[in-house]
Amino acid sequence: MTADATPALVEDKQQTAPGPRVRKSSAYPRYLAGKVAGAAVSLLAVLVTSFFLFRLIPGDPVKTMTGGRQVSAEQLAAYREEFGLDLPLWRQFTDYCGKALTGDFGTSYQFRSPVVDKITEALPNTLLLTGTAFVLYTALGILLGTRSAWRHGRLGDRVNTGLALTLYSIPSFWLGLLLIIVLSVGIGPLPGMFPTGGMESGGEEGFAYVLDVAHHLVLPVVTLVAVEYGQTLLVTRSALLDEMGSDYLTTARAKGLRDDLVRRRHAVPNALLPTVTLIFINLGRTVAGVILVETVFSWPGLGGLFYQALSVPDLPLVQGLFFVFAAAVILMNTLADLVYPLLDPRVAR
Amino acid sequence: MGTNDQKRSLPHGLRLVALAGAAALTLTAGLATPLDPAPQQARAADDGKKVLTVAVAQSVDSLSPFLAVRLLSTSIHRLMYEYLTNYDPKDNHAIPGLATKWESSPDKLTWTYTIRDNSTWSDGEQATAEDAAWTFNKMMTDTGAATANGSYVGNFRKVTAPSPTELVIELKKPQATMAALDVPIVPKHVWEKVSDFSEFNNDKDFPVVGNGPFVLSGYKADSYVRLKANKDFWRGSPKFDELVFRYYKDQDAAVSALRKGEVSFVAGSPSLTPAQAESLKGADDIQVNDAPGRRFYALATNPGAKAKNGEKFGDGHPSLLDQRVRNALFRAVDREAIIDKVFRGHAVEGEGYIPPRFQDYFWKPSADRKLAYDPAEAARLLDQAGYKKNGDGKRVGKDGKPITYRVLCHATDPNDKAVGKYLQEWWGKLGIGVRLNCLDNVTDPWLAGKYDLAFDGWSVNPDPDFVLSIHTCGALPATPEETGATDNFICDKKYDELYARQLTEYDPAKRADIVKQMESRLYDLGYMNVMAYPNAVEAFRTDQIKSITTMPAKAGNIYGQDGYWSWWSAVPADSGGSSDNASSTGVVVGIVAGVVILGGLGAFAAMRRRATAEERE
Repeated sequence: MTADATPALVEDKQQTAPGPRVRKSSAYPRYLAGKVAGAAVSLLAVLVTSFFLFRLIPGDPVKTMTGGRQVSAEQLAAYREEFGLDLPLWRQFTDYCGKALTGDFGTSYQFRSPVVDKITEALPNTLLLTGTAFVLYTALGILLGTRSAWRHGRLGDRVNTGLALTLYSIPSFWLGLLLIIVLSVGIGPLPGMFPTGGMESGGEEGFAYVLDVAHHLVLPVVTLVAVEYGQTLLVTRSALLDEMGSDYLTTARAKGLRDDLVRRRHAVPNALLPTVTLIFINLGRTVAGVILVETVFSWPGLGGLFYQALSVPDLPLVQGLFFVFAAAVILMNTLADLVYPLLDPRVAR
Repeated sequence: MGTNDQKRSLPHGLRLVALAGAAALTLTAGLATPLDPAPQQARAADDGKKVLTVAVAQSVDSLSPFLAVRLLSTSIHRLMYEYLTNYDPKDNHAIPGLATKWESSPDKLTWTYTIRDNSTWSDGEQATAEDAAWTFNKMMTDTGAATANGSYVGNFRKVTAPSPTELVIELKKPQATMAALDVPIVPKHVWEKVSDFSEFNNDKDFPVVGNGPFVLSGYKADSYVRLKANKDFWRGSPKFDELVFRYYKDQDAAVSALRKGEVSFVAGSPSLTPAQAESLKGADDIQVNDAPGRRFYALATNPGAKAKNGEKFGDGHPSLLDQRVRNALFRAVDREAIIDKVFRGHAVEGEGYIPPRFQDYFWKPSADRKLAYDPAEAARLLDQAGYKKNGDGKRVGKDGKPITYRVLCHATDPNDKAVGKYLQEWWGKLGIGVRLNCLDNVTDPWLAGKYDLAFDGWSVNPDPDFVLSIHTCGALPATPEETGATDNFICDKKYDELYARQLTEYDPAKRADIVKQMESRLYDLGYMNVMAYPNAVEAFRTDQIKSITTMPAKAGNIYGQDGYWSWWSAVPADSGGSSDNASSTGVVVGIVAGVVILGGLGAFAAMRRRATAEERE
């Protein structure tokens, strides 16, 4: 590696940076329009899929709902009419699309309340749990991943990656149950410190309520973080490792920059692209919740609701949830697409 | 220097994260222990109230008594609203509820109930016959209001309230179940304001006006249902101040909550597993209640699905239409092995259709008629029916193909899967194949008659009318496109005649005798083979519940009783009073500890920054 080659590269980098920005004015809007249009088409596809996919499940929802009860033919007909199931399929579909576009996903068969109400009831709970976990495991993953890559091959790196891989491969419900036994019930001299499940004790208000929810939040969040941070760690680590041989880093060092500055200001930003993809995908997933963790810790979120909806099957609720889950992922992926050019202008070219 | 910085900065950040995390954990952990021993949580809240907490797994479908069909929701309605009658916890016979007495006219078509004058709604108004009449009339005229309990009023001609203490129900034809109308009576002055009964869920405004032993005071979907004791309940106030149903979607987590004392009672859904029961048996302050259950666990055979209009549908195996084949299959089921190996002793061997805990109606076959486990006899019966083994040792049907039965099983029930494996082995030896079709939702193939055999089970009420009715021809769907109330399409003329007779027989002893004849007929037909009566296995904390009524009183269950006896009668254990303030103490100590740690962290970080500032510059 020659000393004079490196400045050229660095210079290149400095020169190329403004270049695309100038070009961005023409490329970016087109890029943006393309991505937004793609997202819109995907959303439409999801809408269509969510309607027809769940109608492929054999059986008659009204019969399923009323199975085992004495229901007169008139009452069955009334149900069919109430839920619009007496209409031809194409009418049901157009009704569904029309209403879905205004945010109306119909009435849940089993809970007899609007699907939107059930979703908005459970969504904040899921976001609180998975959102908190998301922030923590992303931060932890990036922090540990960077550290591992920077000192790759050493004991710290080996321990870090080994631990991350181990935790990543542990089933979350098993880890959750283990944490309940150890930290909730308590083992030997270790006292039980946290609630075994739920989101609140019930009846608390004000600050006590906040503390109570925080108390209930700890174990599920710890479970999620433990299982999820490994992925971010590994992606960050491998991306950074790819960057580490780059000449511009040697140049940066040669300029006399401190090692942590080289890492933070030069290496990490350039290595972050794959991690950003992962972050956005994970962000999309936070809406869907994590069914197993929500089940083990009896968290009243969307994951549990989806399971209940599927087991009936409660078509309007299943459709509504499916749409919300898919829309969140599409939205986040689109956002990621829109952010990439800002991080690496070559993407929009 | 660079190396030093590198070493310092990351661990420094990490340490901060770790310490902040630890502080957060300490802060919240301070809420519980060790200063806040968990068991008191269920025993007494901050203000010293006695709270009984019950772990439940099922979601509330609705809190409107006109819509709710799930066990949890209807159990809560039993606590919120008084029904006309109740069941004696000792022997299940009908006793006064909102009605103090009831009698029928000589022609058996008019029933007159005397409504008690000492039952008041929780808003202070008197509960009257007018409320009861309005409730029944609403169910008779509004399809939305008929959703859950419409079948109870199907035979009603007219319901009136000539006076506040007199309710008159006129019937279309005689009905022996008039002292077993499990319908919550709601306050007219509150409910007449409801515009759409098919959508009103009764879960927004608290407290909800009722006249049962508890008043619904709070509800959060899939979190908790909170009820407070009705101090003015006519039978006397419950001993606990509050009753809370808390959600545990995972049964192992619920058992952990019981161990910790977060809940006072856990029943499982519908029972604790043998492993859970064994693990709890040695635990301190926990009592396992292994009670005779009210359920039966059976193998139902598809008798050739058909509708009332005679149209056949479904695809049940034709060989099962032969009674000898059905009896042979049952003779090749080792029920003792199922009790020992699958239920691990937490069940009783099945015989008649109604479990032995309902003594009045319990029937079992005499020794000479019993279809005892006898594989050799089973093989003989199959040979006799013409289903002989071929060269490969497989029995072949009339179409010449080897017989393989499709058995519908519930994917969520481990018992179904375990028994299914045994069936594969036992029937395999007879030369019959078994294909287990385990599904989350068995309803669809079941209603379509697309199965050969199915794992079946029902909870039986003190009045057996319902579980008997589901095998009458009248319960068949009107057409293949409709739904019937039938369990598995059984339609037998003789059984139907007996059913009609018992329904019009108002003499309890005579009626019980007819019911037993029906069970006998059902046993002979062989479409319903009862393998076991699973026990109700549940557990509670003796340091929180001093005593509680089981039903039947002698060796009965606690959860899902007919009536409100368990929670109404539960007596709190002495809490010693010392831990009442522990919760708030725990919070204070936790907060102080957290603040101290955070303060220390801040000081530590500041010092570190100062020490390295020069170097950084």
